Amino acid sequence: MIEVKDLVKEFDGRVVLDNISTRFKEGVVNMIIGKSGSGKTVFLKCLIGLIDPTSGVINYEGKNIVNMRTRDIKKLRRNMGMMFQGSALFDSRTVIENVMFPLDMFSKKNQRERLKRAEFCLDRVNLSHAANLYPSEISGGMMKRVAIARAIALNPKFLFCDEPNSGLDPKTSQLIDELIADITVDFGITSIVVSHDMNSVMNIGDEIIFLDEGVLEWTGTKDDIMNSENKRLNEFVFASDLFKKIKESDTAHNDTNKEVT
Amino acid sequence: MGLIKSLESVGEYVVLMKRAMSLPDRTREFFKEFSKETYKLGVNSIWLVMIISFFIGAVIVMQIALNIDSPLLPRFTVGVVSREIILLEFSSTIMCLILSGKVGSNIASEVGTMRVTEQIDALEIMGVNSANYLIMPKITAFVTFMPVLVIVSMFLGLFGGYVICLVTGVPPVSTYVYGIQFFFRERFVWSSIIKSMMYGFIIASVSAYFGYYVKGGSLEVGKASTDSVVINNILILATDLVFTRIIA
Repeated sequence: MIEVKDLVKEFDGRVVLDNISTRFKEGVVNMIIGKSGSGKTVFLKCLIGLIDPTSGVINYEGKNIVNMRTRDIKKLRRNMGMMFQGSALFDSRTVIENVMFPLDMFSKKNQRERLKRAEFCLDRVNLSHAANLYPSEISGGMMKRVAIARAIALNPKFLFCDEPNSGLDPKTSQLIDELIADITVDFGITSIVVSHDMNSVMNIGDEIIFLDEGVLEWTGTKDDIMNSENKRLNEFVFASDLFKKIKESDTAHNDTNKEVT
Repeated sequence: MGLIKSLESVGEYVVLMKRAMSLPDRTREFFKEFSKETYKLGVNSIWLVMIISFFIGAVIVMQIALNIDSPLLPRFTVGVVSREIILLEFSSTIMCLILSGKVGSNIASEVGTMRVTEQIDALEIMGVNSANYLIMPKITAFVTFMPVLVIVSMFLGLFGGYVICLVTGVPPVSTYVYGIQFFFRERFVWSSIIKSMMYGFIIASVSAYFGYYVKGGSLEVGKASTDSVVINNILILATDLVFTRIIA
């Protein structure tokens, strides 16, 4: 389990994360949502140790990663898989080589077993046919899928995704969302997904954290989100006409039910 | 302010080199990268070195033959002076100044692009020592291949002079060949090789440093690449000055 206590991050005196405390539930998709510039990505980078927080504690199964020794943090990171916003695939390697990379670096398996595992991961994201292509030869959606395959190659306990739907069409976005949700269940992973896409939140978000200007404004489930009284959350969620209409039709439906009863 | 920033950069460079020069996470992967980098940085530079050395060697001999026109100096002096210039300065220092443009900018832009596209972050998240994985193979490959480039440059430089003597007859080929063998000191070759290996380290490490700490986007990657070439050239010339003073 990941537990965050009193996390603060400042850049040149400007507070980006303000005293955040929360817990991420195991084995489900935890989503961090908020407007652009609300501190979501900084929060994610603090969680994975890419940015040192100004103060606070981040516990991974009881071990605080803030100020942890390099050797220990390296060991811990082998339990983490990360999908970056821009996929961050290695340009000079083919798709299969990208997926094999973490295995080549850390797995004790022989070459044949490593290849088999990489092929399995690639097959899991339905990209077996693209194994020998280079990242520059595949689409953005395929890149994201390769990034997921690479992230799960070492069987991590935690999967982090930074804006997995950015720059994708709605159908491909849904495909990526479903893939993240399925992998979370199949592999028993704890996923932490940063997003500002409400469709994605409603599709796969089990537990949701809403950040606003660096402050943890609201936490709850996707069922709670539509009925929340939190003004800032409502401003964010119902900025989209689609969600406004869903809320209106829900309200109308509830009123009719009351009248019938 | 500028001095503090410079000192900070030196500190950052030292810390990066300490991380880069640690034991590799996987020796097998290190050797794979080492052979790739040897081909990319070293073997791919041979053509440039050959072409430049041949023509500059020819020009050096022509210039010296035209300008040393004294009855007090024997004609084989052309060969002696050309050899000393090529062996002592051209094949090591000047060639490395040229290579810093090709290899240095290549390393800075490659590492810089990996930084801005989060590929370095991806390595870190996997638990890989990114500095070691990316930088050490480049430094070791370029430094170990440097003697090959220097020796190729020496031979081609002297051969360029030979060809010009053959074509123009000034000085005659036999006089030139006698000149380049006259009072030959082997230690000049060794000092040139050692110097070039030092320059190789400077080029690879400084360029990697500029690329590794890029912040921003493609514009900053371009700037890092240019800055790395400028700083490399200054450091190479300063090192040359100190090294020549020490061995002179």
